[in-house]
Amino acid sequence: MRRITGWNHPRDDTPLTAGNAWVLDGGLVPLPDCRASVSTETASASDQADQRRATWMAAAQGGDRRAYERVLADSVALIRAVARRQGVATDALDDVVQETLLTVHRVRHTYDPARSYDAWLSAIAGRRAIDALRSHGRRDRRELHDEFALDRHPDREDASADAERRQQARRLREAIAQLPPGQREAVEQLGLREQSLAEAAAQTGRNTGALKVNLHRALKALRGRLHGDD
Amino acid sequence: MAEPRSNDSLIAALGAELVPVRRLPPPWLRMLGWLAVVAAFAVLLFAHYGDEPMLRRWAGAPDLAWAALGAVLTAVTAGWSAFTLAVPGRSRAWVWLPLPPALLWIGASGLGCLRTWLAPDTSIATLHQSADCLVFIVSFSIPLSALMVWLLRRACPLRPLLTALLVGLASAAASASLLEICHAFDAAATDLLTHALAVGIVIVANAAMGGRLLSKA
Repeated sequence: MRRITGWNHPRDDTPLTAGNAWVLDGGLVPLPDCRASVSTETASASDQADQRRATWMAAAQGGDRRAYERVLADSVALIRAVARRQGVATDALDDVVQETLLTVHRVRHTYDPARSYDAWLSAIAGRRAIDALRSHGRRDRRELHDEFALDRHPDREDASADAERRQQARRLREAIAQLPPGQREAVEQLGLREQSLAEAAAQTGRNTGALKVNLHRALKALRGRLHGDD
Repeated sequence: MAEPRSNDSLIAALGAELVPVRRLPPPWLRMLGWLAVVAAFAVLLFAHYGDEPMLRRWAGAPDLAWAALGAVLTAVTAGWSAFTLAVPGRSRAWVWLPLPPALLWIGASGLGCLRTWLAPDTSIATLHQSADCLVFIVSFSIPLSALMVWLLRRACPLRPLLTALLVGLASAAASASLLEICHAFDAAATDLLTHALAVGIVIVANAAMGGRLLSKA
């Protein structure tokens, strides 16, 4: 990840709320009780982190790209924690992270900098985690969980299975054809021709990040078309 | 595909797409915007009917005034809850806010039924008049719901079904409040039933339709 040094206060026109926590923190530190002091310090440290992310997101709403990338990178751990708490499997965590980041991107205007960023993000992450659990549930029900099924599968049904496969392939081709041009291009280059990101970027003249976003959105759209997911 | 790298490249790509956004106004302000449209309808109805028939009915049956107050408060609180719940991170407990006014609205309307037996002289709505009520409530609710759904789509309702229920309740209560201005007769059992039916239609239609309408937002 690109490290950002020399972070400046965002040139944002909204009042920032970070100062309040620091004043509060300063007042709490000289408490005589050690344990109380440690726990309040932990609480205020997470408060401060929340305030910091709130400040970055406020700047991002104004179009500050560095603040935006910083707050998104900072959000990944929190999203994973929320998803894990909801019971999302480890191998599916990054799907939830990416879905959440895409949602954050789409609805970033709904964040109110006067309120907790963490609460806002957790609500979105929690929702995407539930979506992931649901779609996994659906997929699991559809898939066949019998390791001997393939062996026992009678050969005489090959013809109809073949026809079904052809039909599925046709449906997939149709669904791909209906995608917006950018997404279709990403699927064709990365998914069907199995090119690397760099090769596809060189061929299409798009940067690798844009290709990734397009592929991600395309796969989501295809899942929705073929499986009836939302 | 190394996942941490893929998260980073997604973040970089989203950063590259970043443009400044106009922040969503607070829920209360958005609710006031919606209520302003309801108020505009009220002004039109008052201009046409005047306030005299409404006040005369209320003087004769004070429970009708309570029912009207309950309906107005239900519209306000349900609207506020809907706009608040459409912002991620707000407490779901706000969904209960419209409950007390809704109970007042339904309870006070229910008293009208009792009066039918206690004071049989009051003019009771015929089935034909009740059908008019139904048409009135539904035809006002549709534009009010549509407006609210349109406003909510700019936000991010993470619980589309719950939000749609609140939209239905708010618009049904708002149109029942408006009906109060030009209601030509007293509440009766058939009348209350019509109200309940109309409110139910609006809520179910909103939940069925808005649930899907809102989830894409």
